[in-house]
Amino acid sequence: MAILEVRNIEKRFDNTKVLDNVSFSLEEGNALAIIGSSGSGKTTLLRCLNFLETPDGGSISVRGETLFDASMPRWEQEKGLRTKRLHFGMVFQSFNLFPQYTALENVMLSEKLLAKEQPDFKQHKKEIYARIEAHGEALLRQMGLAERMTHYPHQLSGGQQQRVAIARALALQPDILCFDEPTSALDPELTGEVLKVIRALADRKTTMIIVTHEMAFARDVSDQLIFMDEGVIVEQGVPRQVIDNPQEERTKQFLTRYAQG
Amino acid sequence: MFWNVTRALLDGLLTTFQIFLFTLLFSLPFGLVLAFGSMSRWRLPRYLIQVLVWIIRGTPLMLQLIIIFYGPGLWLGHNIWSGNESGRITATVVAFSINYACYFSVIFRGGIEGVPAGQREAGEVLGMTKSQIFFRITLLQMVKRVVPPLSNEVITLVKDTSLARMIAAYELTFAGYSFMKSNGLTWPLFYTGVFYLVFVGVLTLLFNYIERKLDYFR
Ligand SMILES: Nc1ncnc2c1ncn2[C@@H]1O[C@H](COP(=O)(O)OP(=O)(O)OP(=O)(O)O)[C@@H](O)[C@H]1O
Ligand SMILES: [Mg+2]
Repeated sequence: MAILEVRNIEKRFDNTKVLDNVSFSLEEGNALAIIGSSGSGKTTLLRCLNFLETPDGGSISVRGETLFDASMPRWEQEKGLRTKRLHFGMVFQSFNLFPQYTALENVMLSEKLLAKEQPDFKQHKKEIYARIEAHGEALLRQMGLAERMTHYPHQLSGGQQQRVAIARALALQPDILCFDEPTSALDPELTGEVLKVIRALADRKTTMIIVTHEMAFARDVSDQLIFMDEGVIVEQGVPRQVIDNPQEERTKQFLTRYAQG
Repeated sequence: MFWNVTRALLDGLLTTFQIFLFTLLFSLPFGLVLAFGSMSRWRLPRYLIQVLVWIIRGTPLMLQLIIIFYGPGLWLGHNIWSGNESGRITATVVAFSINYACYFSVIFRGGIEGVPAGQREAGEVLGMTKSQIFFRITLLQMVKRVVPPLSNEVITLVKDTSLARMIAAYELTFAGYSFMKSNGLTWPLFYTGVFYLVFVGVLTLLFNYIERKLDYFR
């Protein structure tokens, strides 16, 4: 069974349809790349999955559990929203690190707050915090940031900030990690270090959805690829096939335009 | 004579200080309420606050003070402020609190809206509650944005307290001025200026300290 099932997602802003009948599924341990021109609805789709936007139609299920269904009454959609959100992690284009916290504090914050809600928190506070700290440090080390744990975001390069953001998103062990153009805000010479850690995550079979303009990267790293245009999925399939041998006219045009820069 | 003047000025300083402190005490929270109200989902409070801020910022504080002090007596037939010194101070604090709350509300609103939406969203995605997001993420960033414009207003308030002389509250400037009127002395006026300079100087140091404390992040 697929870990993620997205069915007929529809989203309107005012009266323009930004997502129309978007359906796909994702297997556990796979990486899905989403490509498409500016304004095609890629960010909006990720925001719907993370409950930052509420779709106007369709449903979202993770591991067979329906998290969202547009036909649900409002109260049921919002019930347990925080828990539902934790199935997904999000890495933003502009990092959105918390500036007043160090790299390590950024990574640990959500885990610490969540731990506080546990009934046995008071008795085991020390051990729990020690465990969370060890976890946070391990994540930053995994991102190649062992030397940067006590740095504040403004003391880090864009590439380092984005890697902290990835560690932060991994801290709560989401089922599916979403990336919204993780390298678009970076200087070209810094994109490599971020792509490298995402590649390493793919090698470790992290379930991911990656919106990207890095075609070569999408082709190499993902197991599945979606091309979107004007809010609809035009073509999806095996990355190499879609990129090297697109079937749809719109995909061909997009890839040609992309190849020409 | 020097000691007489000093004692009189210290007396005036006490009133000045009371007006200053109580005005801050009321206008800061009231300003925050107005700031939230002006960003409300509902149109009515938004609209009302907009009009209030427009009127208060568009007219002289001295005029507002006169209206607040004399208005009730003329409309209601009896003065709601007791005729003694404390009544005059209370009226001043009321007028100043309304005035400063409006200025503060605009500053607070700028501070709140200046925190990028991405900060709140990053918190939401990490499963934080609304209050966790406010207290753990937004608040400090807001404070950092608000401190410099706030310090300007607070320093202006120190000097605005001298307007209380209009309704014969015996504050610092009144105290200094009275020696000129009665004894024809001008040096107490300069001495009065020194009091203000020290007051403002201490506040400047305090605000610099706070700004330095918040300097560790951007
Ligand atoms: N909050 C909003 N209100 C109104 N319209 C919006 C909003 N957010 C996005 N849109 C519109 O929805 C469409 C899709 O936007 P989206 O950001 O999802 O595109 P995208 O594929 O991520 O583009 P890009 O590659 O530039 O990031 C655009 O036409 C955009 O103008
Ligand atoms: Mg986008």
